[in-house]
Amino acid sequence: MTNASLDEAVAAGWTRRRGAAVSLVQQFALIPVIVVLCVVGAFVSDSFLTLTNFTNIGQQVSALGVVVVAETLILVTGSMDLSLQSNYGLSAMVAAWLVAPAAQFGLGTELNPLLGLVAGIVVGGLIGAFNGTLIVKAKINGFILTLAMYILLAGVQTGIVSGHTIYHLPKAFIALGAFYFADIPVSVWVAALVFVVAGLYMRYTRTGRALYAIGGNREAARAAGITVDRIRIGVFVVGGALAALGGLMEAGRVVAVTANQGTNLIFTVFAAAVIGGVSLNGGRGNMLGAATGVVLLGLVQNILALAQVQSYWIDAVDGAVILVALALSRVVGGERSTE
Amino acid sequence: MDPSYVIEGVGLSRSFGRTRALSDVSLAIEPGECLGLVGRNGAGKSTVVSILSGLRRPDTGVVRLGGEPAPPVGDPAAWRRRVACVYQHSMLVPTLTVAENMFLNRQPRRRGGVLRWGAMRTEAARVLRDWGVDVPVTAPAGAISVEQRQIVEIARALSTGTRCLILDEPTAALERAGVRRLFSRLRPLLDQGVGILYISHHLEEVYEICDRVTVLRDGRHVVTAPVADIRQDELVTAMVGPEDPLAGTATTIEATPTADPDAEPVLSVHDLRATDARGTVAGVSLAVRPGECVGLLGLAGSGTTTLADAVAGLVRPTGGTLVVSGLPLPPGRPDVALRRGVGYVPEDRHDRGYVAQLGVGDNITMTVADRLTAYGVLSPRRQRGAARALAARFGVVSAGTGQAVGELSGGNQQKVVVGRALARDPEVVVAVAPTQGVDVASKRSLLGALDAARAGGAGVLLVSDDLADLALANRIVVLVRGRMFAEFTEPPWDREALIAASEGLGGPDEDGTDEERAQQ
Repeated sequence: MTNASLDEAVAAGWTRRRGAAVSLVQQFALIPVIVVLCVVGAFVSDSFLTLTNFTNIGQQVSALGVVVVAETLILVTGSMDLSLQSNYGLSAMVAAWLVAPAAQFGLGTELNPLLGLVAGIVVGGLIGAFNGTLIVKAKINGFILTLAMYILLAGVQTGIVSGHTIYHLPKAFIALGAFYFADIPVSVWVAALVFVVAGLYMRYTRTGRALYAIGGNREAARAAGITVDRIRIGVFVVGGALAALGGLMEAGRVVAVTANQGTNLIFTVFAAAVIGGVSLNGGRGNMLGAATGVVLLGLVQNILALAQVQSYWIDAVDGAVILVALALSRVVGGERSTE
Repeated sequence: MDPSYVIEGVGLSRSFGRTRALSDVSLAIEPGECLGLVGRNGAGKSTVVSILSGLRRPDTGVVRLGGEPAPPVGDPAAWRRRVACVYQHSMLVPTLTVAENMFLNRQPRRRGGVLRWGAMRTEAARVLRDWGVDVPVTAPAGAISVEQRQIVEIARALSTGTRCLILDEPTAALERAGVRRLFSRLRPLLDQGVGILYISHHLEEVYEICDRVTVLRDGRHVVTAPVADIRQDELVTAMVGPEDPLAGTATTIEATPTADPDAEPVLSVHDLRATDARGTVAGVSLAVRPGECVGLLGLAGSGTTTLADAVAGLVRPTGGTLVVSGLPLPPGRPDVALRRGVGYVPEDRHDRGYVAQLGVGDNITMTVADRLTAYGVLSPRRQRGAARALAARFGVVSAGTGQAVGELSGGNQQKVVVGRALARDPEVVVAVAPTQGVDVASKRSLLGALDAARAGGAGVLLVSDDLADLALANRIVVLVRGRMFAEFTEPPWDREALIAASEGLGGPDEDGTDEERAQQ
């Protein structure tokens, strides 16, 4: 064997081993962080390592998790949607508005609660279809368009109830967020199901893989016969519907829809996705990573609450922890700046 | 209508806005035949490729595949089954694995649509083994070499069973050994009856692999002839046009060795060590004197580009010194290098040569912006004046200095890049592959500009493996694996000897090289 071919063989073997090792490390990069957080949590409070507490955490992050799934699908195709946060608030508000009596700031239609839930999800999907069509067909910059929609939808959410909160929602309407099944909140079951289905879809179907191809090299995807435009719009529709589902879960958990439901959610959504290894440039990321990102942020918030950190300081600490998590995931090879 | 053609385009025309990119061009390829398609930038080659591969609809004219009408343009999947095309730009998804790229959008599935990952990897590995490339199929496509990527694309294209292959400048990013390997893989395909359309700027490749050649000029068909019946100068004449004075002389430049051997070097590199993604320099020393052009030749990864980048301050060396006009350069400071008089033409103009959205004027005056200010503020009037002068000096053809560089042809883009590097009248010019992917007339004009800088007293370090570029050099240094392997001091250059040396064969032995190094 000549030197050259020996070098090549060594290099190839190295790449192979390194490739496999890196992807494994990336998949489970956050596991040690989560373990450390659990240890810290156990020291902070005796009530941390209890089933009740973990159930609480699960219930608190499940709505966030569903929105993270939505944003991950969109990010992987190389787009982004800032308006998911307002969609999350507005769709739940519209659903509640259709269901609640006029005296409770509802529209007065007093729709069947189950139909109300369906209506909420349909509204979410329609908003997604609107965003997707304008971004893909009219080629409007996605950041600016969804930023405008973020403001517009939040305004509508406040407007239709004149800034009031809708309480007294029917039982069937709040089942998604407030009920339990086998001692675990329904919302946790739903979020887990959404994660698993989305994860399997992205890994084991042609259209799921097409999301990665579109985000990684749009021209190549088109040349391979992938219907790029249709799939990109589709992802916005599914993302919108999922954001609405998340909003309805949250409405069930707090048994009300406030005029500002969803405020600031999108920052946490992006943080969870990026900490979980989803690339803002598209083409990279998976549901397992996104789920660990969500769990990590949920643990942090829970520990801060249990540690009775002064409420004035919670946001600062929360931000610092996100920063550390980002740095950590960068070190083990997650999102890097495009240089 | 002849079914004996694997692909046939009849009377193809296509306009973009008011520009007529293609007028009534016809071509046809028989099974087992390789047809070369040549022409200057803007001659319509890319348009032909996009029409024949089903990306664009012709305004008039038809495409037939094996005698049958082509699928509609809106059905890319049907086209992929009939025509395999490897485009200039990589059509792999860098974030997906090699295996998945091989089967993009046609992954093997179980009933119910569930993908069979194992089968996909096995099959991809089998196809690539047949092609004789050792690529880990689980590696991301972005992590393998350019040559491997190309083979993966060709293998993928042909694994659909198509009989027609279109290669659009497949060798642009390949070193010479890679080109040879590519050709050795194409020949068996031709023997099996695959028809190939081969687009290239390198005419010698056309003679090597093609049976016939078609020349396009300004969107029109000029001539089609068997390569045996047309001389290279006739081919160049057909490409450039008979009225153009450049015809027939496109690749000859007289070298004038005027460097004074006793002059103080403008650039001294001593025992330089540096590593980046493009290669490793493992201790190289050389000097460039005023009025001298030193050619630097080496395979991809041999360190030639890394050395150039280190001089420009874009790579931070791990050892050794760089001295420009008597002053040591601080490592990794491109701004200081620029101020000290280093002009730089980067390897990949799309990535680092220009800002595509900015105008010709903004780009070409980028290195001299500090000289175009009035009271510390950039003066639009002075900038416009400088931009016009520079555009005229380097022969940039554009709709005006405000036109975005991204809209120009490749040759004019490169003139902007070279103009930007020379605008400061640098004492040291570092140029990496300055004529890569440009047409013959632009090439001559670019080399003329570099030679004028040299004649004006600048020292030129010219990194290139294009022998037409190296005709400019007073001497040529060959790097192999990051070390100086040979030095050639007597033009004219022996093509075979240069190529052999760059492959690490037949040059002077290690001792001789060391002596030469010690002398500097």
